[in-house]
Amino acid sequence: MIDGLTDTLLLKPYNTRIVVLGVMMLGAASGLIGSFLLLRKQSLLGDALSHATLPGLGLAFAAMSSLGLDGQYLPGLLLGAATTGVLGVLFVLAIGRTTKLKDDAAMGIVLSVFFGIGIVILRMIQNIPGQTSAGLESFIYGKTASMITSDFVLIAITLSLCLLVTFLARKELVLLCFDPSLAATQGWPVLFLDLLLMALVATVTVVGLQAVGLILIIAFLIIPATAARFWTNNLRHLLWLATFIGAVSGWLGASLSAVFANFPAGAVIVIAAASFFLMSMLFGKARGVIPRFLRQRDLRRKVGRQHLLRSTYEILEKSQKERPLKNLSISLHLLQKHRFWGKGELAKLIRQARIEDHLERQPSGELRLSESGFGEASRITRNHRLWEMYLIKHADIAPSHVDRDADLVEHLLGAEIVHQLEAELALTQATIESPHDIQAEATPS
Amino acid sequence: MNWNINDFYIIIVGVLCAMACALPGAFLLLRRMSMMGDALSHAVLPGLAVAFLISGSRASSTMFIGAAVAGVFTALFTQWVVRFGKVERSAAMGVVFTTLFAIGLLIIEKGANQVDLDARCVLYGALEYTPLELVQLFETSNYLVQIPKAAVVVGATFLLNGLLVALFFKEFTLSSFDPNLAQTQGFHPQVIHYLLMVMVATTTVAAFEAVGSIIVIAMLIVPPSTAFLLAHRLGPFLFLSLLFAALAAILGHLASQSITLFFGLPETSSSGMMATMAGLLFLFVWLFGPSGLTRDQKAKLLRSEDPPALS
Repeated sequence: MIDGLTDTLLLKPYNTRIVVLGVMMLGAASGLIGSFLLLRKQSLLGDALSHATLPGLGLAFAAMSSLGLDGQYLPGLLLGAATTGVLGVLFVLAIGRTTKLKDDAAMGIVLSVFFGIGIVILRMIQNIPGQTSAGLESFIYGKTASMITSDFVLIAITLSLCLLVTFLARKELVLLCFDPSLAATQGWPVLFLDLLLMALVATVTVVGLQAVGLILIIAFLIIPATAARFWTNNLRHLLWLATFIGAVSGWLGASLSAVFANFPAGAVIVIAAASFFLMSMLFGKARGVIPRFLRQRDLRRKVGRQHLLRSTYEILEKSQKERPLKNLSISLHLLQKHRFWGKGELAKLIRQARIEDHLERQPSGELRLSESGFGEASRITRNHRLWEMYLIKHADIAPSHVDRDADLVEHLLGAEIVHQLEAELALTQATIESPHDIQAEATPS
Repeated sequence: MNWNINDFYIIIVGVLCAMACALPGAFLLLRRMSMMGDALSHAVLPGLAVAFLISGSRASSTMFIGAAVAGVFTALFTQWVVRFGKVERSAAMGVVFTTLFAIGLLIIEKGANQVDLDARCVLYGALEYTPLELVQLFETSNYLVQIPKAAVVVGATFLLNGLLVALFFKEFTLSSFDPNLAQTQGFHPQVIHYLLMVMVATTTVAAFEAVGSIIVIAMLIVPPSTAFLLAHRLGPFLFLSLLFAALAAILGHLASQSITLFFGLPETSSSGMMATMAGLLFLFVWLFGPSGLTRDQKAKLLRSEDPPALS
């Protein structure tokens, strides 16, 4: 089996090569188009569209057969499928725009009704003596493992088409995704762009449908794009990444299904894509669960540290009348009272500050800011006061109220904003007095 | 057109089925979760497969339990992806149900031929075979009253759904229209949410064998949507949903028997026709109803999208 595995992964057998590369390209195309759908919150459009193709298949088959042609002539079938598919999507848009019904209901209506009509037609065809319509069912289950060169070529053409259109219309499509109203006011034909996107979706869906089946093409249109979203907030990167993940899922899934040949290929490929999704959801740098958790934890720590330093500074200010401020040591008890920290919480913050060399513990048990700590503390306090002054002057907030508000914002003040504040308030001296009495404050949670 | 007792059986099952679906479907519509019906009908597959593997039987009760569990898991996983992954709801649904369906397929295939679940049967149903499996209802001195087993199953589901909706009417209503208020009032919208999911999942399975998953989805969504265009209050909305569902079922079977005669064919899929009829009813109301397209509203078609709702 190991030999088989390496052979497969290296795409040695021709059939494997066709299947794996074909599925890869399909995954890439779906990932790309799926990104746009994701951004427009229309991820399930592939679901609706693929179900809506059934009547078209049946009608095309019936039409071609009655004209004496081969009922299973693929381009004819694809044309029929695409026609009703696009018709279905138009209905979805129309229902959404002309009634109080929302997108989800519109999609559901089109999906089930069109599919029902398709079944009616198919059953009628089956009842006509002398017709073989068995192949039509491959549209639901796909025939991934028996993909042939012509399928492969069709997929390649589809992928190229998607890449080309996306590249040419990238700015317009981006605008369409983010701000259709703006696009409309700017004069872009939003309806046309909408239809263009729908046409792309229809193409990918129909081509994919007959190659890999219903469930897989729906999954391909949704999963890679959603997975890619966890890694970036940048649209261009999203498009590339989604294409990449789609391709890799396709490669991995198809290779695995070639090795485990007794499992349905479509299902294996979906599972492969889903595993990438799971990993992305957990570890994706931009929006993954774990990175977000770590970022929030770091922010909490930073906030806690800054509060500690500022409190220390304020205690020093309170205990000394002369300026410039002397860096004396203060008692733990005083610190605790200043901000109603919990004992454990405070201990953790102090430990952190000592690790960062901002705080020192004296032999007497009292705490003292280090030199760097003192500088940091005075800077932080100054920023806090700057923001308080800003709130008083420009937001008309009473001096006794600004402390809490400043508390929330001050940690986000970068150097640039600090300079702007200084200019705005004409306060450039090294230390700023507090605009209000400093009393014990509750820690905002 | 040959009309016999079997046709009555089929219509009865169809009507019960349609109404059983329309009820939870109405609430799904109000909650903007219509596609959940489609998702659930696919996602129950692993539940059914596992239930079969564990119990070794295809008894309805086992299947129901499997479906209910799968329904809960689907809803649960979707919630997780939405909350923790901050993924948009429809995308989350798509990820979850396709994955679960794939897992279901794998289990079925792996259990090789141990699992006697014909995917095709699950999809299309076999409404026409309903009369073949009859169950004795009661005996009088002269007659043996029998009804199709499917009717019993679906009828029970309909009654159960009706009972649940009646019992929890306040909770369903409030949590559908104003989940936040429901929460502050102490109703548990989450519980209602999962209850609704379980209802849809079990109804789906009950209907599978009789009419196939397609009509389930159709009846979950289309009759309530049609009713939505006409009704402005909850009571009439629910009533109309049931009415249109029943109508679609009746007309559907009639049509499946008669329309095909135009083509010289004996008949076509009853369940497919029921879905078609539901669609036609919707089309009719959409075009000619009180706020239909044929009234002054042609301009609506080209109107730009509504501003996105705050979510």
